[in-house]
Amino acid sequence: MQSLGISVLFKGMNMQRLFDGLLVTARIAFISIVIGSLLGIVLGVIWTSKSKWIRSFCRIYLEVFRIIPILVWLFIMYFGVTTALNLHISGEITSIIVFTLWGAAEMGDIVRGALESLPKHQIESGKAIGLSFLGLYRYILIPQAIRRMLPGAINLATRMVKTTSLVVLIGVIDVIKVGQQIIELSRLEVPTASFWVYGFIFILYFIICYPLSMLSKRLENKWNG
Amino acid sequence: MGINWQFIADSLPLYLEAAWTTLKLGFWGILFSLIIGLICSIVLYFKVKVLKSIVQAYIELSRNTPLLIQLFFLYFGLTKLGITLNENACAIIGLSFLGGSYMAEAYRSGLEAISKIQIESGLSIGLNKAQFVRYVIFPQAFSVSIPLLGANCIFLLKETSIVGAIAVVDLMNVTKDLIGMYYQTFEALSMLVAVYLLIILPLSLLLTWLERKVRYAEFGN
Repeated sequence: MQSLGISVLFKGMNMQRLFDGLLVTARIAFISIVIGSLLGIVLGVIWTSKSKWIRSFCRIYLEVFRIIPILVWLFIMYFGVTTALNLHISGEITSIIVFTLWGAAEMGDIVRGALESLPKHQIESGKAIGLSFLGLYRYILIPQAIRRMLPGAINLATRMVKTTSLVVLIGVIDVIKVGQQIIELSRLEVPTASFWVYGFIFILYFIICYPLSMLSKRLENKWNG
Repeated sequence: MGINWQFIADSLPLYLEAAWTTLKLGFWGILFSLIIGLICSIVLYFKVKVLKSIVQAYIELSRNTPLLIQLFFLYFGLTKLGITLNENACAIIGLSFLGGSYMAEAYRSGLEAISKIQIESGLSIGLNKAQFVRYVIFPQAFSVSIPLLGANCIFLLKETSIVGAIAVVDLMNVTKDLIGMYYQTFEALSMLVAVYLLIILPLSLLLTWLERKVRYAEFGN
């Protein structure tokens, strides 16, 4: 029986269903990474402001997400905010909101770091040739900062993809939930199903995240050298 | 909507017990990850044959998969192959498996930051290998990796929030049960956040202080 365990993956619609679940995970990750990065870039630019108030506000925003675990945030949004405001939002929307806010905070920090690491004379030269504020960012700062922030940003993306696995805990039907359903269904026929299904999902996540972290490492080596 | 203080008082013992569990799991997880990380980074630094590729494979595997699925695999998957672990053991193994690779990277960044001059001087005054590691490499590498090690400790403590998913009675688990049973959502969530803040905030401040303390190794570059 042991050797037949893997067949549970190929039985009926199981493989199809697992990939449908993966699609939900991917959708949450993709939407929050895209919106989070865009908000993060704006936040990062604002963060470089000289005003002490703005800086500490951004700092607190980031620390709030760094200190409280993401799972707690999912709980607060899913159980807390919905009850307090008497709203009904689905688990998927909740997850997208939490991951976007978190992504924006971390991305903002990366962008801020990249902008602040640029040599001062770049800004001064830009101002000297009469570029406007937007022109300065558009032609000088952003193109240079992107190079410095890309490895960090890709790393953040892998972390976000990995963290999307938590959405199952607030009831989103993602790849893990589908896996659990398959395990439940085949409990009698294939007792070893949980080994194969969880093993398969384990490998799926690895296949998604590994190329991303390789890319980030390669970019870092290339641009540092 | 008033705050139900009675409920908070009643559930306080539950939270304290859960916080204790979280701390215990976090402590063992961090301790084992520090040890695993140290061993891995030494293997990588001295380029030990065969072991090096095993360590690299382990690091990539643990960094690129989510803890939740690692735990599920350990707790539900391995049981079916005859290896049964209780949930606390699973949580500690999972945390160490994940943390080990992060710690290894932290140590490695420290080892790589040691300047060539330091290594050459150490060798030229005739230190043997053990002395060389003990007096030249370790103190410098350690001071450089402290911030990263600290960040990893906090990261692992936060990750303990996930172990509730495999039936460990941790803070998340208690909160979820209380919300399910009594619908005192606001109170339960507030206490959850408060306990996490109480655990992580002091640690975070302590690490910032420690970071400043050990910044002595920035010479010779």
